[in-house]
Amino acid sequence: MEENSPVPIEQEGFQAKDISWWFWAIILIFIWAIYIIATRENYQDAFQFIKAGIAVTIKTALISYAFAVVLGLLAGLGRISKNIFFNNLARLYVELIRGIPMLVLIFFIALVGVPIFVDGLNAFGAWLVKIGLGFIGTPLNEFGNSAFTMNSRAIIALSVTYGAFLAEIFRAGIQSIGKGQMEAGRSLGMSYGQTMRHIILPQAVRNVLPALGNDFVAMVKDTALVSVLAVRDITQVSRLYAGSTFRFREAYVTVSVMYLAMTVALSLLIQLMERRLNND
Amino acid sequence: MTNEPRDMIVIKDLHKHFGNVKAVNGVSLTVQKGKVIVVIGPSGSGKSTMLRCINHLETPTSGEIWIDGVKLGHNEKELNETRAEVGMVFQQFNLFPHLSVLENVTIAQKVVRGRSKEEAQEIAMKQLTRVGIPEKADSYPNNLSGGQQQRVAIARSLAMNPKIMLFDEPTSALDPEMIKEVLDVMLDLAKEGMTMVCVTHEMGFARSAADEVLFMDAGVVVEHTTPEDLYNNPKEERTKLFLSQILQH
Repeated sequence: MEENSPVPIEQEGFQAKDISWWFWAIILIFIWAIYIIATRENYQDAFQFIKAGIAVTIKTALISYAFAVVLGLLAGLGRISKNIFFNNLARLYVELIRGIPMLVLIFFIALVGVPIFVDGLNAFGAWLVKIGLGFIGTPLNEFGNSAFTMNSRAIIALSVTYGAFLAEIFRAGIQSIGKGQMEAGRSLGMSYGQTMRHIILPQAVRNVLPALGNDFVAMVKDTALVSVLAVRDITQVSRLYAGSTFRFREAYVTVSVMYLAMTVALSLLIQLMERRLNND
Repeated sequence: MTNEPRDMIVIKDLHKHFGNVKAVNGVSLTVQKGKVIVVIGPSGSGKSTMLRCINHLETPTSGEIWIDGVKLGHNEKELNETRAEVGMVFQQFNLFPHLSVLENVTIAQKVVRGRSKEEAQEIAMKQLTRVGIPEKADSYPNNLSGGQQQRVAIARSLAMNPKIMLFDEPTSALDPEMIKEVLDVMLDLAKEGMTMVCVTHEMGFARSAADEVLFMDAGVVVEHTTPEDLYNNPKEERTKLFLSQILQH
């Protein structure tokens, strides 16, 4: 009997390998950056100017991500649906988005897609007015002409793009749950939708939480792309600052550290969350 | 039974094909209220598929299934209503791992039967007591033994007040010492007059609880008789061969 054969046992608790030198290097970079920004006038000037974009960056990331989760969940459900129409629609959406560079998509959605939609909305509104439904048509036109600022177009573009990425995450999560769970739910008389909602999705979402978190970090970084639409996020504000003062170093050091602060903090949060999930 | 015979399950010429594989190839069967039917047969004989067709977890290729006088069709809503009346216990238990034992037993009651939380919990505790593990109500499935999990699965089905219980090899995934606790629950259920169809190789259970035994092979019913007859006096060669194989050791 070899009951006590040496098996490598996963050590628990705090370990040196959990926080290795790369982490300390990032901390050092932060300290160095804070020191520079606090002591040098030029950097302080740049920081004061650029921080005006922080709210836009965070707002864009949060709102886009919320919409992307909804879109992704719907498309993910479509991808596994037995309904041929929804299945193909979801597949079309995912493949279209994944096949086009994100930067091009942002241009396309903001400068082609949304204008077409607004034109359609206006035509519909005008038609409503013509047939005597002005009380719906007029506000509709006002909405169409005012609601789609570049900021909201940027949010639409990011949502649609990330929705396709999240769809694949949700699909994988749902497919990771054994077939027996659906059968057990159905055999108890629950409908497909009820079983999905009460049995499959809670388990699936839990399985993909880390992946969802990683995509949120990626989205925070990709909000930088909306600067091409002149949305005043921290990237755009940095460009403006650098362009007007020719202080490129100050501008891009400051904005890089700002992104790092956000993404590193989020990554640590996700690691913490993962560890708690694994301990359950 | 004082009740007059009532057909709870009627299967008419059931076929289920998977591509070229004819898993079930023309099975007809009538199960009367309160009867316990045990289905045996070699693996791949179509017995599980036949069972899964009864509540339309598998859609039959052709043939008819009648549950308590209602013919199953393609209408999802009607199918859901019928499935709520037909409990099913799986080989792999299929408990919901993210829910506590109590929640496992209450979820379908609340969602399908529309019972209040209190009512559902009361019924759940009754059923958990019946299967002998009320003290595990707040545990999670992963912390239970296989036998306990299977008993929770039975309680989960019973909480829906089904008219029929289907068992798909309920003890095949269990360690030997846990088989008895599950069979005891099934035996009690049989004595209480539940209509049951059990795919199992537990000969002891078949002898003491079954009213009829079906021997299936290659998608058809080879022999359909009483347990005593089948074990002591098998008529078909295939039945003899199968019984000799499983009873040898």
